[in-house]
Amino acid sequence: MNHNDPDILGRLAERFPQGFTSVQAVDQPTLLTTRDQLVTMMQYLRDQEQYRLCLDVLVVDYLPDRPRFELVYHLYNPWKHARLRVKIRVGINEKVPSMTELWPGCNWPEREAFDLFGIQFEGHPNLRRIYLPDDWDGHPLRKDYPLTGTRVD
Amino acid sequence: MAIEKPELLGASEPDDTMIINLGPQHPSTHGVLRVRLQLDGERVVYAEPVIGYLHTGFEKSAENLTFQQCNTITDRLDYLAPMTNNLAYVLAVEKILKVEVPKRAQYIRVLFAELTRVASHLVWLGTHVMDLGAMSLFFYTMREREVILDLIEAASGVRMNPSYFRVGGLAYDLPDGFHEKVYAFIKDFPRWMKAYRHLFDGNPLINVRLKGIAILSQEDALGLSVTGPNLRATGLPLDLRKDEPYSSYDEFEFAVPVRTECDAYARFWVRVDEMYESMKIIEQAIDKIEPQGPYATSDRKISLPPREEIYGNMEALIHQFKLVTQGFPVPAGEVYHGIEGPRGEIGFYLVSDGGSKPYRWRARTPSFYNLQSLPLMCKGGLVADVITSIGSIDIMLGDVDK
Repeated sequence: MNHNDPDILGRLAERFPQGFTSVQAVDQPTLLTTRDQLVTMMQYLRDQEQYRLCLDVLVVDYLPDRPRFELVYHLYNPWKHARLRVKIRVGINEKVPSMTELWPGCNWPEREAFDLFGIQFEGHPNLRRIYLPDDWDGHPLRKDYPLTGTRVD
Repeated sequence: MAIEKPELLGASEPDDTMIINLGPQHPSTHGVLRVRLQLDGERVVYAEPVIGYLHTGFEKSAENLTFQQCNTITDRLDYLAPMTNNLAYVLAVEKILKVEVPKRAQYIRVLFAELTRVASHLVWLGTHVMDLGAMSLFFYTMREREVILDLIEAASGVRMNPSYFRVGGLAYDLPDGFHEKVYAFIKDFPRWMKAYRHLFDGNPLINVRLKGIAILSQEDALGLSVTGPNLRATGLPLDLRKDEPYSSYDEFEFAVPVRTECDAYARFWVRVDEMYESMKIIEQAIDKIEPQGPYATSDRKISLPPREEIYGNMEALIHQFKLVTQGFPVPAGEVYHGIEGPRGEIGFYLVSDGGSKPYRWRARTPSFYNLQSLPLMCKGGLVADVITSIGSIDIMLGDVDK
């Protein structure tokens, strides 16, 4: 049972015409937007639509595709119990605006995305590796990073 | 409710402060958490959690395992509450596969999810009170937790990493005499809790060291993605068991404990009250579970056929072989499912490319997000209260570092 808002994509389409495309998903309303629209759209979702919890920020690596990465935000309205998924596509050396201004809780998941995928966030207060040592080479969750193996230098 | 925040001392120039490390090998950091403390005398200017000492790259490993095999990884995330991790994961896979699980299996899942919640809260209670200086409670709660681990062992064969829930149902049926063991546990539990409460009810140690300490307001908690008991201690009754019922939770009667003080004291009582509510669910669940009945879906493309069928049925043998060697294919697409774990919302986001291995396997582990609130809680407080804060967030380092 879920309480997802079925009209949210319609309301967003009125406010942001041509700002996004909706994506079919089995579990919750999903939309794919652009980097330029991201901050204004997130601001609107948090303040007007009351999506006050950003549950997760994560990255999916679709290796041969261009742009290569997909950044996924899971938003949650804690009063209506509605969920929403916002996605953008990011290329390998492109910068993404950080969401830490809107949700301070995006701090660590964005650092994790930087650590394990090498996504660069603009405006992040402390963009350093979080799990791996600072001198680690490469970003392990990328699809071209091997699962096992010995380094040969 | 307005609570005075501990005053920050005036002098906080870099020259006057000292930096010390708390952990990673410190018993009160509940694992391998390291906290970099900037201190001005006894006051904390800034506390920075440094994590990653237990990072094992679960998400990378999972991409090379089949969907059924990934279940074993979920056990190891939050190893004090493996069953709720299993539940979140199998529900996510079942959602994308659109599999119906028999009611009896759903009730058994609820029973074990609540048993692990009680077990996890017992460990938290013992260690948290030990951090505050009361040693003896730890021995009692660990002894009582052992009874729950015995129940888990009776059903799944192992104590710590059971992987008892499988996609499509359960790994095995309940053993003979299981109901009696649970009834005995239900009968003993109030007596234990009474004994514990003799130790901490009205204890000045609890009152003085928790009241008004480690304050996290509702505004900050929402902003920092804090969920679970930590959020409910700020007055927001957000509990996914009630709000988005999964696995037939809507058929159970229980209350959601909420407090409004926003401090460590509120978080303490939310968790203690939750144990009583979990026991109510356990009582109802064991009454609903029939001694005999289906424990997994009859869809042989997903769940393993029973042993006796394999020995006499060609098709069952083929299914067994296919499922064990290749796993089942999952339709292409993405899915997220979150449930209420003992520490907050534990959820799994899966991307499938149509094969039998996940293309992307992401765990939304609650402790990772909850721990972000530590700098805010500690700011301006005493060093001794840093320990209280860590204990009251109830972190699990396997969950933080994944």
